[in-house]
Amino acid sequence: MIKEATEIDIKTGGEFARENYLSVHHGVRSWLLTKDHKRIGLLYLFTILVFFLIASIAAALMRIELVTPQPKLVSSETYNKLFTIHGVLMVWFFLIPSIPTVLGNFVLPMMIGARDVAFPKLNLMSWYIFVAGGALALWSLVHGGVDTGWTFYTPYSTTYANTHVISMAAGVFVAGFSTIITGMNFMVTTHKMRAPGLTWFRLPLFVWSLYATSLIMVLATPVLAITLALMSVERFWGVGIFDPKLGGDPVLFQHLFWFYSHPAVYIMILPGMGVISELITCFSRKPIYGYAWVGSASMAIAVLGFLVWGHHMFVSSQSVYAGMVFSILSFLVAVPSGIKVFNWTATLRKGSIHFATPMLYALGFIGLFTIGGLTGLFLAALAVDVHVHDTYFVIAHFHYIMVGGMVMAFMGGLHYWWPKISGRLYPEFAGKLAAMITFIGFNLTFFPQFILGYLGQPRRYHVYPPEFQIYHVLSTAGASILGIGYLMPLIYFIWAWKHGRVAGPNPWRATGLEWQTPSPPPEHNFEQTPVVTGPPYSYSAEKDVDLDLASI
Amino acid sequence: MSTLTSPAFEGRARPPGAPFVGQQFDDIEQQRDAARLGMWIFLATEVLLFGGLFLGYTIYRFTYGQVFVETSRKLDVVLGGTNTAVLLISSLLMALAVRAAKLDQRRMLTWLLIGTALLGCVFMSVKGVEYHKDYVDHLVPGRQFEWRGSDPHNAELFFWIYFAMTGLHAIHVTVGIGIMLVLALLARLGNFSHGNHNTVEIAGLYWHFVDIVWVFLFPLLYLVGHR
Repeated sequence: MIKEATEIDIKTGGEFARENYLSVHHGVRSWLLTKDHKRIGLLYLFTILVFFLIASIAAALMRIELVTPQPKLVSSETYNKLFTIHGVLMVWFFLIPSIPTVLGNFVLPMMIGARDVAFPKLNLMSWYIFVAGGALALWSLVHGGVDTGWTFYTPYSTTYANTHVISMAAGVFVAGFSTIITGMNFMVTTHKMRAPGLTWFRLPLFVWSLYATSLIMVLATPVLAITLALMSVERFWGVGIFDPKLGGDPVLFQHLFWFYSHPAVYIMILPGMGVISELITCFSRKPIYGYAWVGSASMAIAVLGFLVWGHHMFVSSQSVYAGMVFSILSFLVAVPSGIKVFNWTATLRKGSIHFATPMLYALGFIGLFTIGGLTGLFLAALAVDVHVHDTYFVIAHFHYIMVGGMVMAFMGGLHYWWPKISGRLYPEFAGKLAAMITFIGFNLTFFPQFILGYLGQPRRYHVYPPEFQIYHVLSTAGASILGIGYLMPLIYFIWAWKHGRVAGPNPWRATGLEWQTPSPPPEHNFEQTPVVTGPPYSYSAEKDVDLDLASI
Repeated sequence: MSTLTSPAFEGRARPPGAPFVGQQFDDIEQQRDAARLGMWIFLATEVLLFGGLFLGYTIYRFTYGQVFVETSRKLDVVLGGTNTAVLLISSLLMALAVRAAKLDQRRMLTWLLIGTALLGCVFMSVKGVEYHKDYVDHLVPGRQFEWRGSDPHNAELFFWIYFAMTGLHAIHVTVGIGIMLVLALLARLGNFSHGNHNTVEIAGLYWHFVDIVWVFLFPLLYLVGHR
């Protein structure tokens, strides 16, 4: 029964902790009943990858269909179902859980020097709830799909749609509770579980961003729950809250939906910003520029994010005065976002920059997020929005934020913490190549869509005038390159899990608490509870070390 | 199986009867604080869950004020008022139960929890009688709905909102009754003795929340039509 707890395998300088969270228990049962936040993070990783794959296939089918102006591959009905499944799965079953539940679950407790999250059983339960919600969504997909778009707008969803709206909405509803539990767990963990000496302003910025994200998860998701519930009972029984026949108002659905879904956009970017803050400092070998500003900017985005939902309804009979207020507030969100971008850039200045794979993703993030953010300002301007509303311009804008931002950050973070998760290094050259392919493929896919949208191509159509074909062909070509950029890491991560070079506890010479424990970490993270005595990010270029892992 | 226990809690033998402290916590205080904060955050999510319905109510109350006054008069204030009293008393019992748990009075605690659950059942029964009355009076929206006053559609909308709000509340009461019964059983088995009153306390927070929601629902639905 008893194995040596500290047996260490020494290879090429790195130490592989034999006795770790992966090796202490074995078998399917030990995974399905685990309360270890690290294992739960990995469970989430596998689960969301499945949804990412399905949603990507839907996207690929759409892109292939759009190569020609006339429908060749799928019917209008199928196309509607494809963009619905792509949206629903990507938003609720990939992007929202992506960084918080995978990287957040894995590193948050370690970053604050805790043995686990505050409620490990609830953490596991949230995964089961997530899987149940996902199963409902997949059931709806297999039984014919849904054609309302991910927004479920009334009255189409309540009265006219002939598809599995209720079961799909139920899937999202159920998955929402998983989000709520995760958010609540992270908040309590951050409040109550910090190591001695770890004051709020010594927290890593990733923790700040997860805290801000959790706040949104906890306060916004229940509104989505009641909205989808009301939509479903209206479809089923005819409850009239969104039904003009009884004096109800379909636009009320849009208000309630975006009261959740706009803050949810920040669920889909704030954790990414937190990851980028970690990466930029580590690979510039410099403390972050303006720590308190970057941390407070996360909170400011979380709070302001609740006040801008009306910018989705500039053309939905909302009063022009409400439109003006929402427009101004939307411009205000750009301030904290700008603070972050400028502070990351200032951190780079005079830094000793290492172009390791995570850093490539981080630099890509800054550029793409800036484009996505600035085009968001176009959309926040009332007059411009009338021109580009519901066009590919909007599609390109939010893909620059969500894919160019969040997915790049997720990939960057995954590469950065991979040595901690698996104890082994991924092949650096392949990593750099994949990062660059992703960047090129992404821009080729989505930049032409800005032009398409500006020229007037509406979203959600699979038939279009022939003069738009060149942009659609470029976009589809880009999507295939992007696909390669995503497949490569999948392949080399699987390879590196067994065959990668041993990483050692801290291959990046990073300063966070998560790096002060062996890789992979022991079941309860630390041999001894760490004590924190100073601010985070005490990097200095003088104490520099060789981080270039390209030879590996 | 695990041999990888950190020194922070290795060999932390639990004296018989002492409260269970999860391995992730340093001590019972930290565990208590965490559970309490978690419950408050959960209640915040509940406020926002009901918030969507309260928003809908508010908007249509302003839009169709006169109809809402007329429809509200159709509700039975006596039954609604009785239910308000029932829930308030149940909250008192709940508060006393938390006190009994803190004072380690096991028998008292068990009976108070059962009492709370029973009053919850009384509430649900009265609600059932009311729903039945609404059904007989053709006030349940849908095909059988009948309204002789002006604006029958808007009247129907009021009753939809009434059933949605009280229905969601009733689901919460039902969950609460279940929790109270399980806690009563655990209390009888002695699970909450020796300072282990955390669970009772946070269940109490939930019960009070359900009570407070009703305190808002009652005037908004039953009293707006009465002077």
